[in-house]
This record gives sequence, structure tokens and C-alpha cells, in this order.
Amino acid sequence: MSDDLARIYQREVGRCTATLIRVLGSVDLAEEAVAEAFAIAAERWPATGIPPNPGGWITTTARNRVIDRLRRESSRKGRHLAASRLRGDDMEPDDDSRDLDVLDDFVDVVADDQLRLMFLCCHPALAPDAQVALTLRLLGGLEVPEIARAFLVEEAAIAQRLVRAKRKLRDNHASYEVPRAAQLPDRLHVVLNAIALIFTEGHTASSGGELVRTDLSSEAIRRARVLVELMPDEPEAVGLLALMLLTDARRPARLSPDGSMVRLADQDRTRWDRALIADGHALVRACLVRNQPGPFQVQAAIAAVHADATADATDWSQIVALYDQLYALQPNPVVAVNRSVAVAELHDPAAALADLDALDSERLDAYQPYHATRADLLARAGRRADAVAAYDRAIALTTNPVERRFLTDQRDRARSART
Amino acid sequence: MPHYLMSVWHDEEYVVDFTTPEMQRIGPQVGAFNEELERAGAWVFGAGLQPASSATVLRPATTGVSMTDGPYAETKEQMGGFWIIEVPDFDTALDWAQRASNACEGPVELRPMQDEG
Repeated sequence: MSDDLARIYQREVGRCTATLIRVLGSVDLAEEAVAEAFAIAAERWPATGIPPNPGGWITTTARNRVIDRLRRESSRKGRHLAASRLRGDDMEPDDDSRDLDVLDDFVDVVADDQLRLMFLCCHPALAPDAQVALTLRLLGGLEVPEIARAFLVEEAAIAQRLVRAKRKLRDNHASYEVPRAAQLPDRLHVVLNAIALIFTEGHTASSGGELVRTDLSSEAIRRARVLVELMPDEPEAVGLLALMLLTDARRPARLSPDGSMVRLADQDRTRWDRALIADGHALVRACLVRNQPGPFQVQAAIAAVHADATADATDWSQIVALYDQLYALQPNPVVAVNRSVAVAELHDPAAALADLDALDSERLDAYQPYHATRADLLARAGRRADAVAAYDRAIALTTNPVERRFLTDQRDRARSART
Repeated sequence: MPHYLMSVWHDEEYVVDFTTPEMQRIGPQVGAFNEELERAGAWVFGAGLQPASSATVLRPATTGVSMTDGPYAETKEQMGGFWIIEVPDFDTALDWAQRASNACEGPVELRPMQDEG
């Protein structure tokens, strides 16, 4: 039962919270009510069995609890406070029968609610770390300690980040609507970036003892699936989902049995998750048909080419061509660094190093993958001393212990090969 | 409807001089922006400010009110002007603030006003 309940929680909590925010007009009230309803479910469902529509049950129960509380409070002095949270500005402050009418109207669950909530959590006026925390809390239903653990940040800091973000949205009268068409592309971009940020943190945890944090990656994939379901005509949303599925498919092969990191070229490809790859491929094909390329779609296409091939038979010319396309869409040095890896395979490490040397090394100095990539290329080009120096810089910038061990091994190998 | 303060900021002490080429360019841009605000019914008030050096700060003290010359915040950055707008929601306010920033070619801070009573 507790497994079932956990699964239902994961699936339904975002949807229930989203609907209740619309109905109650308050994020905090919705959060409390949903938590209370799930607590009641945990008590009752073992005896009564799981209702046929658990999400509907939770939403209705949460709503009823709020009505009960309002009725109780309406006989007390504190009623203005609670009741005013349910009202638009134009409602008369003393007409509490109208509060209850508003609540009774709501029962139908609107699919758009989850979209509204995604756009609210990822409002561009919030800092990215606040967007991420809010998305995980309200849509993913993660508790503050879980979010704090996931990012190795103090619980109090996460709690404060959430309180501030919610207060800013409230004080600014942020609307609970899907953005207008004119704003939609920009706003969607912010949502996709926040989801990608959650996935990346899960994929290579920036801190903590493990290389990957599956809970964050799965949560990011869940968010993207909902987004694609609700906005099937947004190719970049599909692209992001495909990219994450194809990347996640390699997870079982990224760690060797002793817990060390295995790079792409050395991975045991029989351990890749074929079902995820098939899903990812289907999505990439759907994007190609649509022919409105964007950065996430092109990255997904690159991941799809990798997923197709054995290490020796990777179509590097296609990958370099895709990186060229990505660079045209997103001309930044990070893309150029990734492209150089493919150039080294297509041509040789010296050609890739020449490309890297053409980049603005000052701007990339704090970018760990730049140094890690350069170190590998230098080692392969036989420039051992330069390689060791580049590895040292990469290691200094690496916060994940598993990745650091990998880089240290590589550096020691480069060093001993010299002597 | 919610009200917001849009303030324009300068990185350092400025002089009010409408004859410079910069002001010859920015002046009409801001004028056009003001007209747009009014046409949309979002305008409540707006004004440019004399430089911060013209400010006086008053503080309650046990012996009446003390008075000091100069701005309250002794920072390089100073507010150069502001608007108060009335719009339905945050996104509309952000829209106007973006346009304000373009019109005056500088940073604009958007802040919601406290709800009335």
C-alpha cells in the first residue's frame, strides 16, 4: 500500500496542487490542503482500498477541508484573513457565501492547470535556482528536506528560497495563466531550461558522493512528459524529453561495478536501456518531420546518433554536422567544446585542439568540461606535460567525487606514460 | 488593479541637459512611451528627477527633525525618474518595464506597490 501511495503521490500531487491553486487563489493554502488530503488518504486507503480516481479524491478532499476550515473560521475573528485569500480584488469582503460558491464550482480538473503552475514556478522574474526549487516543491511534491538533500543546500536556505519566491509572485500579482501567444516562446524556453537544469543536476550530481541522482533525473523526465502531453505542438519540449530519455538510457553503463565513472567511448553498450532509446528515437523522428529545429532537438539528434552506434561505428561526420547546426542556433563556447570532441574522432586530436585554441580561453577558464576535454585531447596528441596541467585545472574545478577520481586516474596515467 | 513603481536608474551622478545628442535621442523615445502608456490606460504618474545631489534627507530626532544635505543612500547608483502604472498583472507590468528600459536606454526596476488596506 505505501508503495502504491508513493506512486500515486508522485503522479498526482502536481496536478492536485495546480488545480487547487486555481480554485483557492493561494499557493500556500493549496500546498497545505493537498498535504492534509494525502495524510487522510494514508490513513483511510489501507482499509477502504484505493479509490478509482485517486487524484480526484485528493482534490475533492483537499477542497472539502478548506471549506470546513472556512466555516469554522467564519465564526471567528480570523475569518477575514482566510476568506480574503479566496477572493478576487473585486469581491465584497463580507459576502462569505460567495467563497463557498466559488469552491463548489470547481470539481472539474482542468488539464491546463499543470501548465499554469509550470509557467508560474518558472517565471522569468525568479532566479533559476528558485524556479527549480519551486518546480520540485509544487509540481514534484518534494519536501523541503528532500530538495535540500538533492542540492546539498541547508534546509533553511531552501525553505527561505521557496518563501521568497512565492512571496514575490504574490506581491507582484503574477497571474495564474498560460502565457499569451506573444510571450509563449520565451516563457516556454525558461520552463525547458529549468527542467534541463533539474535533469543535469540528477545526471551528474554537482556534489554528494554519487555520480547520478536518479530521483532528480526521473522528476525532470516526468515534468517533460507532462509538458509534451499538454503542449504536443512545441517541438523543443519534445526535443528536451527525447534528449533526456536518450541520455538517461546510458545511465546503467556510466558506472563500473566498483563505482567509478566510465566515459562514453568505453561504455558497455549492451547495458544501455533499449526501451528508453526506442522512445527517444521515436520522439527525435517526430521532431525531424516537423522541421522546426531548436537547440534541444539538435542535442537530442546528437544523442540519437550515439545511441544508434557501436563505439567504433559512430557516424562522427553526422555528429560534427549536427554540432555545426547547434552552434548556428546557439553560438557559445560550450557547444564549441563539445563539437571538438567529435572533431577529434572524425579527424584527429590535433585538429580538435586547434579548434579549442581558437576559443576565448579566458571566458572558459572556470568551465570544467573545457579543461577536461582539452586534457584528454592533449594526452591523445602526446603532449603529456600540457595534459597533466589541464587535468590539474579540471580536477580543481570538479565538485563530484566520482568524476574527480576519474580525472585523477587519467592525469596519473598521462603523467606516468611520460616517464 | 495593481499598481507598480517603475524607476529608472543611473550608474553615476548625472546632469540634466536636454541638448546632448543622447538626450535628443532619448527624450522623444520616452515621450512616445509616455503616450503609449496613456493610450493603454496604464499611466498613473511619471516624472524625471533632478540629480541626487539636490536631495535632502530628514530624520525624526528627539529634538525635532534633523536635516542633512544629499541623498539617503550614498551609492553611485541613483534613481533618475519613475513612473507609477496601473495594469492587470505582473506580466503586463513586466512588458511595460521592458519597453521603459528600451525607451530610456538604461536599467529599470519594477516593484509592486502595497495593496490598499
